[in-house]
Amino acid sequence: MSIFLNENSKVIVQGMTGSEGRKHTQRMLASGTAIVGGVNPKKAGENVDFDGASVPVFGSVSDAMKETGADVSVIFVPPASAKGAVIEAVDAQIGLAVVITEGIPVHDSTYFWAHAQGGSTRIIGPNCPGLISPGRSNAGIIPANITKQGKIGLVSKSGTLTYQMMYELRDIGFSTAIGIGGDPVIGTTHIDALQAFQDDPETEAIVMIGEIGGDAEERAADFVKANVTKPVVGYVAGFTAPEGKTMGHAGAIVSGSAGTAQAKKEALEAAGVRVGKTPSETARLMREIVGS
Amino acid sequence: MGRGLRSLFVDLFEYQARDLLASHGVPVLPGGVAETPDQAEAIAREIGQTVVVKAQVKTGGRGKAGGVKLADDAAEAKARAQDILGLDIKGHITHKVMVAQASDIAEEYYFSYLLDRGNRTFLAMASKEGGMEIEQLAVERPEALARIPVDASKGVDEAKAAEIVDAAGFPAEVRDQVIAIAVQLWDVFSKEDATLVEVNPLAKAPDGTVLALDAKVTLDENASFRQPEHAALEDAASADPLEAAAKEKDLNYVKLDGEVGIIGNGAGLVMSTLDVVAYAGEEFGGVKPANFLDIGGGASAEVMANGLHIILGDPAVKSVFVNVFGGITACDAVANGIVSALGILGDEATKPLVVRLDGNNVEEGRRILAEANHPLVTVVDTMDGAARRAAELAA
Repeated sequence: MSIFLNENSKVIVQGMTGSEGRKHTQRMLASGTAIVGGVNPKKAGENVDFDGASVPVFGSVSDAMKETGADVSVIFVPPASAKGAVIEAVDAQIGLAVVITEGIPVHDSTYFWAHAQGGSTRIIGPNCPGLISPGRSNAGIIPANITKQGKIGLVSKSGTLTYQMMYELRDIGFSTAIGIGGDPVIGTTHIDALQAFQDDPETEAIVMIGEIGGDAEERAADFVKANVTKPVVGYVAGFTAPEGKTMGHAGAIVSGSAGTAQAKKEALEAAGVRVGKTPSETARLMREIVGS
Repeated sequence: MGRGLRSLFVDLFEYQARDLLASHGVPVLPGGVAETPDQAEAIAREIGQTVVVKAQVKTGGRGKAGGVKLADDAAEAKARAQDILGLDIKGHITHKVMVAQASDIAEEYYFSYLLDRGNRTFLAMASKEGGMEIEQLAVERPEALARIPVDASKGVDEAKAAEIVDAAGFPAEVRDQVIAIAVQLWDVFSKEDATLVEVNPLAKAPDGTVLALDAKVTLDENASFRQPEHAALEDAASADPLEAAAKEKDLNYVKLDGEVGIIGNGAGLVMSTLDVVAYAGEEFGGVKPANFLDIGGGASAEVMANGLHIILGDPAVKSVFVNVFGGITACDAVANGIVSALGILGDEATKPLVVRLDGNNVEEGRRILAEANHPLVTVVDTMDGAARRAAELAA
C-alpha cells in the first residue's frame, strides 16, 4: 500500500502543454506514472507526443475524467490562472489535485480551499513538489530515481529537504513521500498525511519535516500524541532564522505560537517525536528505529 | 517549498496604509508625509490647526520612544519634525514623518482583518476597547476581542459586517458607521490582496464621527502580477544594498550578520544549511552564516555566478559553502555550473569555497570538480562535514 497515490492512479496534467508541464509530464511518464491526458481548452482534440507515448489533450477536467477515468490532476498552470484551474478540478470532483504552481496569491489559495470544503477533492499544495509512491506512481516534480519502494512514510513542507531525506534513506525506501508545500495556506497538512500513514499497513515509521512559520508542526505534535502509534522522527529547519522573520503580532495572537523552530522542536519532543539536529542525524534516528 | 527567510508579505508604512484606506472610502483625517522639517511645516500650515507629527517606522512602541508629538502650529510642527527625523526607534531609523490633523478622542475601538493560516481562512477581529496593545488585550481579556471567521469564497457584505460589529458589542450610536467602515476595510483587504488590515485605534471623535486614526497594512507580493501599483510602495530607501542587488537578479537572498556565505538549492535545504553551519561554528568561536541564498532547482552557471557575485560582494564573508542536492538537475550539471561560474568571476573569486554535492550523478559531479582542481574549491562529501570545514575556514 501507499497513501493518496498508487499503481492504479490515472493522472491528468493541467498545463501539460506549457514548458514546465511538458518537461515534468515527460519525467512522470519515464518513472512509470499512468498519464492519461492533459487539459487545455485551446488544444482539445490534439495529441502531445512524449518519446513515443501519445497523450491526448482534453478541453476540460470533466471531459478528461469522462474519457479516461482519471482520478488525479497535477496542476502546472501559471499563478494568475491557478485559482480557476483548481476550482475546475474541484467542481469536476476529481479525487486528488496536486498544485505544483509557485507564487499563487494567498487570497486565491484561501478561496479555492474554502470552495473545496464539502467537496470530494483532496488538494495537495500549492507551491509543492507533489508526491511519489516509489515504484508505483509519481505526481509532481520529485526525482523518481533517488530512492525505492519501502516502509517509511515522509511528509515535508520543503522540496529539497524531501529529496535529501529520501536519498539518505534510499536503501530502506518509502511507501509514499509527500511535499505538502510551505505556503501559508495549503490543502493537505502534516496531520492529514500522518493520519493516512498511520492507517497504511505498509508504512512502518514516519519522517516529518517542518520549517519556521505558522503553527502546523505544533498542531501535528498534538495529533501525534493523541492518534499516532507508529514511530515518528522529525526535523525542523530554521533555528538560526533571525527574529522577526517569521510572523507579525496579529498573526501570533491567532496561532498562539511564535512559529520558531525551537517552539516546534519542543512541541514535537513533548509528543514523543525524536527530532534530529541536522538532516543526517534525523536519518540516523530513523535507521535506529527501522534498522538498516 | 516556501520562500525561506525572505517574506512575501510586505508591511506598509502608516502613511501608505492611510492612503490605501482613504482610496477605498475609509474615513481618515487630513494629513501628509514629510521627509524634511520644511515639508512638515508646509503640511501643518495647510491643515491650519493642531497637528500630530508621527515617526514612520515599521515597528511598535514609537510613542514611548518619543516618535509621536503634538504641534499647535506650523512652526512647532517643523521643530517636532526636526526632533523626530533621524530618531532610532528599536533599530529603525526614522526617514519620514506623517503630519496629520490632531483629533480629540471620545472613545477608542479596534478592528482588523487578517489571514488565519492555521485555520486556512480569513478572520475579523474587533473590540470596543481599542488603543492599547492588542496582544495584551487578547491575553488579559480575551472575551473583549471578538473573533469571527470570514469565508474567503463569500467575503464581507453588510450582513456579515453587522455580525462582526454586534459580536464585538459596539455602542448603538456608532453601530451603523462601524458597519460601513467594516465593509470598506474588507474592500481594502480583498481588492488590495492584503494579509493584514488593522485599524488601532478606530476612534470616535467628540462629534460622534468614527475615523481610522492609525492603520497597519501588509500586502502579498505574490499578487504583484495584478497589483502593479504596489511596486511603488516598496521601501527601497531602507533595503540592504546587497539584498537590492540580489532582487534585481531575481535571487532569493537575505543578508545576515555572519562570516560564512551560503548558497543552496531549495528554501528548506538552505535554511537547514544555515542551522548546520551555525552549529559547526560554535566550535570555532561562534562563526555564523552570512546570508540566506536559494538559487532554486536549476543551478545553472549563470545563476551560480550571480549568486557568488552577490556573496563575494559582502565584505564580512570569509568562506563560502555551496550546498546542492542534485535532483532533477543532476550533480554533474551543478558541478559544471560551479566551474563555469568561477570562470565567469575570474579574479573576483577570492574566498575559499567548500562544495557539498549529493544526489543524482554525484560521482560524476565530484569527478568534474576534482578534474577542474580549482585552488579555491574544497569538496566535502557530507553536509555536516562541509559545514564544519566552511566554518573552520571562516574562523
